[in-house]
Amino acid sequence: MYPITHREEMSGGTVVLNEIHAPQIAARAKPGQFVMLKANETGERIPLTMADTNPSSGTITVIYQVVGASTRLFKTLAVGQGYDDIIGPLGKPTHIEKAGTVLCVGGGTGVAVLHPITRAFKQAGNRVIGIIGARTRDLLILEDRMRAVTDELHVCTDDGSYGHHGFVTDVVKKILAAETVNQAVAIGPVPMMKFVCAITREAGVPTLVSLNPIMVDGTGMCGGCRVSVGGENKFACVDGPEFDGHKVDFDQLMQRLGAYRAEETGAHGEHNCNIGR
Amino acid sequence: MEKNTQTWALPRQSMPEQDPQVRRSNFKEVPLGYSEQTAVIEAKRCLQCKKPGCVQGCPVAVDIPGFIQQIADGNFDEAIRVIWRTNSLPAVCGRVCPQEVQCEGACILAKRGGEAVAIGNLERFAADRARAAESQDLPTVAAPTGKKVAVVGSGPSGLTVAGDLVLKGHDVTVFEAFHKAGGVLVYGIPEFRLPKDIVRSEVAMLERLGVTVACNQVVGRTVLLDELFEQGFQAVYVGVGAGLPTFLNIPGENLIGILSANEYLTRANLMKAYLFPEYETPIARGKNVVVLGAGNVAMDAARTALRLGAETVRIVYRRSRTEMPAREAEIHHAEQEGVEMFLLSNPVRFCGDDQGRLTGMDCIKMELGEPDASGRRRPVPMGDSGFHLECDLAIVAVGSGANPLLTGSTEGLKLNKWGYIVAEDESAKTSRRGVWAGGDIVTGAATVILAMGAGRIAANSIHKYLTLGW
Repeated sequence: MYPITHREEMSGGTVVLNEIHAPQIAARAKPGQFVMLKANETGERIPLTMADTNPSSGTITVIYQVVGASTRLFKTLAVGQGYDDIIGPLGKPTHIEKAGTVLCVGGGTGVAVLHPITRAFKQAGNRVIGIIGARTRDLLILEDRMRAVTDELHVCTDDGSYGHHGFVTDVVKKILAAETVNQAVAIGPVPMMKFVCAITREAGVPTLVSLNPIMVDGTGMCGGCRVSVGGENKFACVDGPEFDGHKVDFDQLMQRLGAYRAEETGAHGEHNCNIGR
Repeated sequence: MEKNTQTWALPRQSMPEQDPQVRRSNFKEVPLGYSEQTAVIEAKRCLQCKKPGCVQGCPVAVDIPGFIQQIADGNFDEAIRVIWRTNSLPAVCGRVCPQEVQCEGACILAKRGGEAVAIGNLERFAADRARAAESQDLPTVAAPTGKKVAVVGSGPSGLTVAGDLVLKGHDVTVFEAFHKAGGVLVYGIPEFRLPKDIVRSEVAMLERLGVTVACNQVVGRTVLLDELFEQGFQAVYVGVGAGLPTFLNIPGENLIGILSANEYLTRANLMKAYLFPEYETPIARGKNVVVLGAGNVAMDAARTALRLGAETVRIVYRRSRTEMPAREAEIHHAEQEGVEMFLLSNPVRFCGDDQGRLTGMDCIKMELGEPDASGRRRPVPMGDSGFHLECDLAIVAVGSGANPLLTGSTEGLKLNKWGYIVAEDESAKTSRRGVWAGGDIVTGAATVILAMGAGRIAANSIHKYLTLGW
């Protein structure tokens, strides 16, 4: 078992942080890599990009949004309990270099994945501008930690309850108009990444995105995570999870993320159907 | 020894099976096994040849006449001991080996115009009986040598290496990337063909013999092959399987409802998605299913789809029946259950709706032309023969390529142009000192027993290295 050593709830309990004892993975993991977690015998294997690692304490941190049956099960795990199975670190690490000015844009729980990448770009000597967004103030995560690893941080909420009233894309546009940005990173919901990439493409700023398609094994075996990048099929688990955002077919990715929606709502019912019981 | 005179004239004893109409909607094993009585009758058909063809036909050279004689004499415990001397996975081999082209294909009885002895069925009987009796009987383990061996991958070749070397007194650790040991035996082959309890008990037996099984270890990611040497392992066997699905590269292949057989079967078998939602991994349940390819994996996928409630399941294959790579028995089982064969048919594009979901497939008819490099007659398209098949689930079972996770993270390991590891036939040695390889990562997708044969060769070579040097 891989025990949970620390646990926090965020965004009113819709987002959960787990720090997990997994020393082998912690020792080797680099920003941008992911793990596959399985809670118990009957559980599903779920890919999550690591939000942090601590080789000296032998722990990794994941932050996930409670969205389906598996993450609801994850949420029930208390400190001292843990995951039956975790494998990793999987995928290619983020290519970190000194590019000049780097714009790091995160939405929702994507901020959790963005944070270690942002920190690495900062440590590599870049000037780092951060933009993070959420639907509303209560759902915003890791603001302090992002502030600590950026030269300037912009916060947006869709409903205007905090920071800029509007989407992260508004701020991206404003910054790109005002100064030269050499590299961008966008991690969050697929539509957010798509729209950020549309803007940075126009501005000619190379943009990395981190994708989280459906996968089973995470080691290149199943091909379920295939993504069309520049018209070519790539496996997010071994070729990614980061890709050139200007080449990703986001519309197809969005459709494929819904592949099992019918099965999942049918079985676990957001709506509790009592017919036939 | 009593001669089995005359009894060879008896007909080959068939193994009772679940009725096709019943079994097509359950995941229970199809063949039900021999009774003791039937096993003895079948065993008595063996001629006990002085120069047995069957043993030569077996990649791991099981003493086939030896164990069959024990069954004929009613010494069932002794029969399994004879098998264990050379085969650590008899319950698996009795079920999934292609006996008709190996031991049974070389049976002298068949060569004399009779029907081959049902060697596979008898091997299965001996193994199942030992398991059911919960016999604590174990093969003898040699005195510890103090040498450490790492086996990467817990599929059939890795388990064979582990079994052979632990018996010779070495300290063996098996590294498995998944959360369960068994490789293709647990993620690939369905429950109805190879119950997972059997794999579990064969692995448990290796553990009782002293093998350590370490799951969740992705060698090449969690730990590098070179680090295994730093950890004190003196020899490393790489048996990671092929493990990279091949797609058709035709338009529309990323529509929802098109899966590799690897994904479909892993969901169903390893993750037990057929028990969804009790098990949380979902699986696509198609109404009209097409399976592309005609090997054993394709048959497994087709029969799984039937059991998950499909109304039609069609194998679409570009060559003819004679070229189908699947075992005859698998094709027969699939057809009995209602799988249809669309032969000499080649898909050219997938069609979908505006939600990105698969709705059908355009195909063309093929005819067989001149033989190609593989010796099989090459299928060529027939002009103006296009037709459309409606389907909401397509499973691509056209083979696997070499997974680069381990090979790409290991220096000095010579690969061929397809990315498979180059290993010597007679020793399974690779270009790296202290590293052996076998199974699908060397040969490309093949069978369980061929992988076990490679494991046997590697184990002998590793033992020689550990006792005498490279």
